[in-house]
Amino acid sequence: MKAFHRVLMIIAALSLGLLFLFPMWKIYLKAPQYPEGLEMHIWVNKISGSSESVLQNFNILNHYIGMEPIHAESFAELKFMPYIVIAFMITGVLIALIGKRNLAGAWTGLLMGAGAAGIFDFYLWLVKFGTNLSPQAPIKVPGMTYIPPLLGRKTLLNFEALSLPALGSLGIFLAILFGILAFYLSYRTAKKKVANTPVHSAA
Amino acid sequence: METLINKLKTAAPKAALLMAIAAGSALQSCSKSDGSGNGGATADALSSDAASAVYVAPGKHDELYSFLSGGFNGQVSVYGIPSGRLLKIIPVFSQHAENGYGYNEETKAMLNTSHGFVPWDDLHHPKLSRANGTTDGRWLFVNGNNTPRVARIDLKTFETVEIMEIPNSAGNHCSPYPTNNNEYVIAGTRFSVPLDMKGGTSDVSLENYEKEFRGSISFIKIDPKEGDMELDFQILVPGFDYDLANGGKGPSEDWVFFTTYNSEKAGTLKEIGASQNDKDYLAAINWKLAAKYAKEGKLHEMPANYYHNKMDKGTHTAKSTVKKNVRYLLPEECPGMMYLLPAPKSPHGIDVDPSGEFMVVSGKLASAIPVFSFAKMQDAIKNKAFDGEKNGIPVLKYESVLKGEVKEPGLGPLHTEFDGKGNAYTSMFVSSEVVKWKLNDLKVVDRIPVYYSVGHLMIPGGDTKEPYGKYLVAMNKITKDRYLPTGPELAHAAQLIDISGEKMKLLLDFPTVAEPHYAQAIVANKVAPNSVKFHKLDENKHPQAARKESEANVTRKGNVVHAKMTSIRSHFTPDNIEGVQVGDTVYFHVTNLEQDWDVPHGFAVMGANTSETLIMPGATQTLKWVPKKAGVYPMYCTDFCSALHQEMQGYIRVSPKGSNVPIKFSTGKKKQNIPGVASTK
Repeated sequence: MKAFHRVLMIIAALSLGLLFLFPMWKIYLKAPQYPEGLEMHIWVNKISGSSESVLQNFNILNHYIGMEPIHAESFAELKFMPYIVIAFMITGVLIALIGKRNLAGAWTGLLMGAGAAGIFDFYLWLVKFGTNLSPQAPIKVPGMTYIPPLLGRKTLLNFEALSLPALGSLGIFLAILFGILAFYLSYRTAKKKVANTPVHSAA
Repeated sequence: METLINKLKTAAPKAALLMAIAAGSALQSCSKSDGSGNGGATADALSSDAASAVYVAPGKHDELYSFLSGGFNGQVSVYGIPSGRLLKIIPVFSQHAENGYGYNEETKAMLNTSHGFVPWDDLHHPKLSRANGTTDGRWLFVNGNNTPRVARIDLKTFETVEIMEIPNSAGNHCSPYPTNNNEYVIAGTRFSVPLDMKGGTSDVSLENYEKEFRGSISFIKIDPKEGDMELDFQILVPGFDYDLANGGKGPSEDWVFFTTYNSEKAGTLKEIGASQNDKDYLAAINWKLAAKYAKEGKLHEMPANYYHNKMDKGTHTAKSTVKKNVRYLLPEECPGMMYLLPAPKSPHGIDVDPSGEFMVVSGKLASAIPVFSFAKMQDAIKNKAFDGEKNGIPVLKYESVLKGEVKEPGLGPLHTEFDGKGNAYTSMFVSSEVVKWKLNDLKVVDRIPVYYSVGHLMIPGGDTKEPYGKYLVAMNKITKDRYLPTGPELAHAAQLIDISGEKMKLLLDFPTVAEPHYAQAIVANKVAPNSVKFHKLDENKHPQAARKESEANVTRKGNVVHAKMTSIRSHFTPDNIEGVQVGDTVYFHVTNLEQDWDVPHGFAVMGANTSETLIMPGATQTLKWVPKKAGVYPMYCTDFCSALHQEMQGYIRVSPKGSNVPIKFSTGKKKQNIPGVASTK
C-alpha cells in the first residue's frame, strides 16, 4: 500500500466515528394527535428521540396494544456495539500503518459482515416488539401485528411509521467505501507494477 | 321658537335618509328568508374585505395576542387578533373551578389578604412588562380594584405567579403602571381614606373627609430578571380620588401622570359633590426624583399589615408572607417631586403619546380634550408659573402647560391611544364613537360609530413608544342587540377596527368574558416562542411529588392521610385505597407523570367540598377531602386524556372512625407494564 492508500484506509477507519456523533437509524411516527411528529433515534450506544421524553411517550402509546416497554437497558447490543466500533477504528488505523493490502480487504469484509448482522439484529428486535404482544392489551385487533418497517413507510393503526437510516449509518457506508477503495486502488497499483517489471526469460 | 324650526329644517333631510337606510335594511332582511334579526345598527362602515382581514385559516395562528381584563370576574381573557378567538382565561383574583385555581392546596395561598381569604376581585387594567419603553412579552401586571392588590402573570405559562396586597389603599383603580424598563410598577388609590398611620384606617366620622382622608401612591419595585415585586415606598397624597395613570417616555421618561377627581373632597353623593369644580387635577410625579429622595433618607416608616403571595417555580406551590411595615414620602417634604396641572372636570384617561411630549387628558364631562405639553410643563416649573398650591404641592397654571384643546371631539371622552403615525384615537362613551384626531394640529379627521358606548380602547402597544398601528379594539359597555339574545345578562362586546388607512374601518364584533375595562396586545412572536409546553418532572420539587409510580404511597399521621399518587395514560397509582376513616383529612397529592405536550390529567372525588384539580404534565397538585360517611367513593380523571380516559378511575374505601381496616393501596392485581416507570430513572 502506498501513502495514498494508507490515507484512504485511515479515512475509512475514522468515518466510523460518525456513529458516535449521529444516530444510525431514525423511526418517524406521524399521527393525527402528533402534528409535530414523534421520532425515535437509534444510536450505536443509546436510544433517544426528537424530545427528551420520547421513549416514555412511545411506550405510553404502545402499551395500549400490549407492546413491551422499550428501555435502553434491555438491549445488550447498546453496551457492546460501541466497543466493536472502537475495535474496528483501531484496527483500521493499525492496518493503514502496517500497510498490508489483504488486511485492508479483510477488514472491509468483516465490517460489511458486522453491518449486515447489525441490520438483521435490528430487524429481529422490530419483529419481537411488533409481535410479542400482551394478551391483556386493551386494544386487540385480530391478526394485527405492529412490526415497524425496517426501511420505508408503513401504516400501523392511526400511526404512519417511516424508518430510515441516519447520518451514523453513513459512517459505516463511508468506512466500507473507503476500505474498498484502499484495497482496490492498492491492488491496481500493484498489478501495474507487476506488469511493468521486465520478465526474465530464464524463469 | 325660530331656532327650533331651523333645527327641524336642517334635521329633516337627515331623518329622511335615516328612514331610507332603515327601510333598505328591512327589505334586505326580508329577502334573507330566515328572518333572523340583525343587530339594530348594522355597520354601514363595514368594508367589503372585512371578512378576509379577520379570517385566520384553520390551523393558522393569529398575528397578535391580546389580554382583556375581565372586570368583575377577576380574570384575564386572552384573545387572538385579528380573529377575535378566545384562547384562554387566566384566573387571577378569582377561584376558578375549571382548573382548581384558588381551590387546590397549592394555589389557595394566592388569594390570602389581610382581610382573610378573598376569592374574588374586580380586575381592571392589564399592563405588559416593558423594555426600553416597548412591550417585552415577559409578564402581565394587573390590578385588583376592590381589595387592593397587584398581580403578576408569567407569560411563559400564562399563570398568575404573584399577588401583592397594597396597604394604605382603598380601591386600587389607578394601577398598575410600569415605567419604561419595569423599574417600578405604580399603583394609586381610587378612594382616599382616613389612614391611622398604623397600617389601618381610623374609626372617624365620615363628616371629617376633608380633614382626615388621604390617598396613597405605591411604588412597586420589579426584579429585572425574575419579575418579583416588592413594595419599595409610597407617597401620601391629598385626599382626592386617583383614577388612572400613565408613564412618560423619551423626554418625559422620569415622570408619571395621574388623573384625579373629587378635588372638592366630597364624602357623599360624589356624582354631584365631586362634579362641582370646573377643573380637577392631573398630578405629575417625578418617579426618579422620588426614588432618589427615598434613598436620601426622606422616608418615614409606619407599621403595616399586608400579604405578599408568591408561586414557587419548583414546587408549583404558593406561599404567603405578611409584611409588617411600609415606608413613605410626603410630597410637602420633597420639592420638585410632584406638581398638579388643572384639568377640566373629573378627568378619566391620561395618555402620553409615543414621543412623550403630549399628555392627553380625557375629561368625561368636558366638552374638549385638553392636550398638555411636557416641554411647556418643564418651562412652567422653571418659571414658577404657579397658581397657588394644594397640600404643599404647587399647582401649575392651566394656560402655561396647555398645548391646546381638541374642539368638539364628541361626548364623554374617556381614553386615548396612539398609532405611532401622528394620530390619536379617543373613545367617546356618550356619543358611542371612536374619534381620530391629529396630534400636531388637534383637528378631528375621522369618526366611527361603535355599538354601544365604548369604554376603553386599545391599540397594540398604543400606550408605548412603538405602537402597532394596524388595529384598534373598542371595548363596549352596552351590548343590547348585537348578538342572539341570552336573557337579561348579555356578553360585553368588543369591536375590531382597522386603523391602517386614513379612514377607520369596522372589521369584527366579538363577545367577551365579563367586563373588559382595558386590554393590552403584543405581536405573537414576542410571546409564543417562550410558551412552556409542559413542566419537567425532574424539576418538580413539590414535597409530596411522586416522580415515578414506585414512589406512590398512602400514609397516615393521626387523622391526616396523605395519598401520594401518580397519573399517566390511563390510570392512577394507586387506584385502590383502603383504610381511610370518617373524619380523616385526606390530601390527594397527584403528580402527572406525562412528559408530553397537552396531556393534562384531572382529579376529582365524589362528595369533595371543593373543585376538581387539573394537573399539567410534570406538576403536582393537591385536593383536600374530608369524608363524612363510611362507604366506597369513586375518584376519576376529569380531563379526556386518552382513548381509555373513561377507565381512568379508582375507589377509596372509607371505614367508620376507629375501624381497624389498615391503610392499603394498590394498582392492578399483578405487576403490569407500567409506562410511567418505563423511562423515569
